[in-house]
Amino acid sequence: MIIAATLAIFVAMILAIIRGIAGPTLYDRILAVNMFGTKTVLLISLLGFVMGRPEFLDIAIVYALINFISVIGVLRYSDTNEFKHTPANKDSIEKEP
Amino acid sequence: MDIVINISSGLCLFIGSFLCLCGGVGMLRFPDFYTRMHAAGVTDTLGSAMILIGLMIISTGFLVFIKLVMILLLGILIGPTTSHVLAKAALHNGLEPLLGHEEDPDTDNKETTS
Amino acid sequence: MKDLFAVVMLLGIYGLLSASFFVAMDAVDVAFTEAAVGAGISTLLMLVVISMTGRREITTRHKPMSALLVVAITGFLLIYGTLDMPYFGSADAPIHGHVAPRYINDSMQEIGVPNIVTSVLASYRAFDTFGEVVVIFTAGIGVLALLSVVRRPEDPEEIAAINDSMHEQHLVIRIVAKILIPFILLFALYVQFHGDFGPGGGFQAGVIFAAAIILYTMLFGLSTARTVINQSFIRLIAAIGVLLYGSVGLATLLSGGNFFDYNVLVNDPIAGQHLGIMLIELGVGCTVAAVMIIIFFSFAARAEMQLNNKKQRQDKDKDKDNKNKEPSSC
Repeated sequence: MIIAATLAIFVAMILAIIRGIAGPTLYDRILAVNMFGTKTVLLISLLGFVMGRPEFLDIAIVYALINFISVIGVLRYSDTNEFKHTPANKDSIEKEP
Repeated sequence: MDIVINISSGLCLFIGSFLCLCGGVGMLRFPDFYTRMHAAGVTDTLGSAMILIGLMIISTGFLVFIKLVMILLLGILIGPTTSHVLAKAALHNGLEPLLGHEEDPDTDNKETTS
Repeated sequence: MKDLFAVVMLLGIYGLLSASFFVAMDAVDVAFTEAAVGAGISTLLMLVVISMTGRREITTRHKPMSALLVVAITGFLLIYGTLDMPYFGSADAPIHGHVAPRYINDSMQEIGVPNIVTSVLASYRAFDTFGEVVVIFTAGIGVLALLSVVRRPEDPEEIAAINDSMHEQHLVIRIVAKILIPFILLFALYVQFHGDFGPGGGFQAGVIFAAAIILYTMLFGLSTARTVINQSFIRLIAAIGVLLYGSVGLATLLSGGNFFDYNVLVNDPIAGQHLGIMLIELGVGCTVAAVMIIIFFSFAARAEMQLNNKKQRQDKDKDKDNKNKEPSSC
């Protein structure tokens, strides 16, 4: 059962990467990287149980914290003008009159 | 007793991995950033909670159990916070959500006038 | 790819993938360090740099075809050169023949520390680790020499005013960070002293400690963080780490043994090893944490200075426009 869960998490990671490559906006990519990180924490914990070495849980805790700090860092330092959405992007979403 | 532990752990792992897979599929299929954030945030937190509970049931020692509890608490605290921060930053920087089309009351008028 | 931001994201994912490879190869300490440093701190520092330089790469005129050719040829020659080496993990490779069995068999009796990686790093090869710590310290000094900004000391009221105005905007994340930061610091301490029994040690603990301080700095502003952690204090800590490491070596010399031979520190050789390893890991942790904090503070100070200059220039332009409009309105 643990091996099946590991495979499922791995597939979810691949799906997140696909969204990360194909995401139209910047924030889609940030979301994909964050989801990838959370799934990695789960993957490391499951791998620790599969290989019989519970020391991997320390790595899982560290990576959960690092993932959080990285996303906060990305959002904090992307507050400049270049990351704002120009009105050209908004035209495609407006309703037809 | 053994079989109860194995079955309950297997059930929790199954539910957790099913939720994570749903989240992954949702990331690909939803139309807009804010809807994808629902998929990512909700299924991430609950799926990882279920998987960690499933692992806790079959954990081998006391220290392993405590570490899994810590990862669970961290995940529950960090997951919703990240979603909130990401959505707030996106809205602040001008990304508009995709709004639905209402039933246009003008269509009847157009048909009568044209 | 011209978008540097996507490149930084990909670097983060690459660091994470290497950590996963190390996990799959059962090398836990290396995976730990790679996850903390490669996927975390490097990405953060690159992001600060990108916020300063801009997001697009300037298009170069020439195509990099010749460079690509040279790289491909060199890579091919390197791979061809490694074909002669024994297979990965084969039992008769030289590294598995002489040194590794000695470490694996005798480490428990000679040093008494369950984690063989720590015993090799801190006791058998303590001199190499000394070199690494000095390299990290030199990198910190280099960043300070190139990037340090002389700041005028800010009034406490100014700092409090900036803090309050941003408080409403970042309320949720600030409260969550206040809950998390003591936990991260405590976890860094746990990793530091648990390095004897599980994965961990000085390097990883220093990086995690610095990550907590960086989180505080990002959310509460650089001025507040500077009042929390004094600039001269953190430089002192960086120097004390290296000094502690070297003093342990000197103490062993003065007690009659070789350089970094911990057996002569205390009467009992095993207790001497434990004391020596604990002291040098403490030194490593201090230096790594302090240097990471110094590097991040220098980068962030530069970024803030650039932002302030841009704002001042925009204000000056606005004043000029207002002055130009006034004669026409009256």
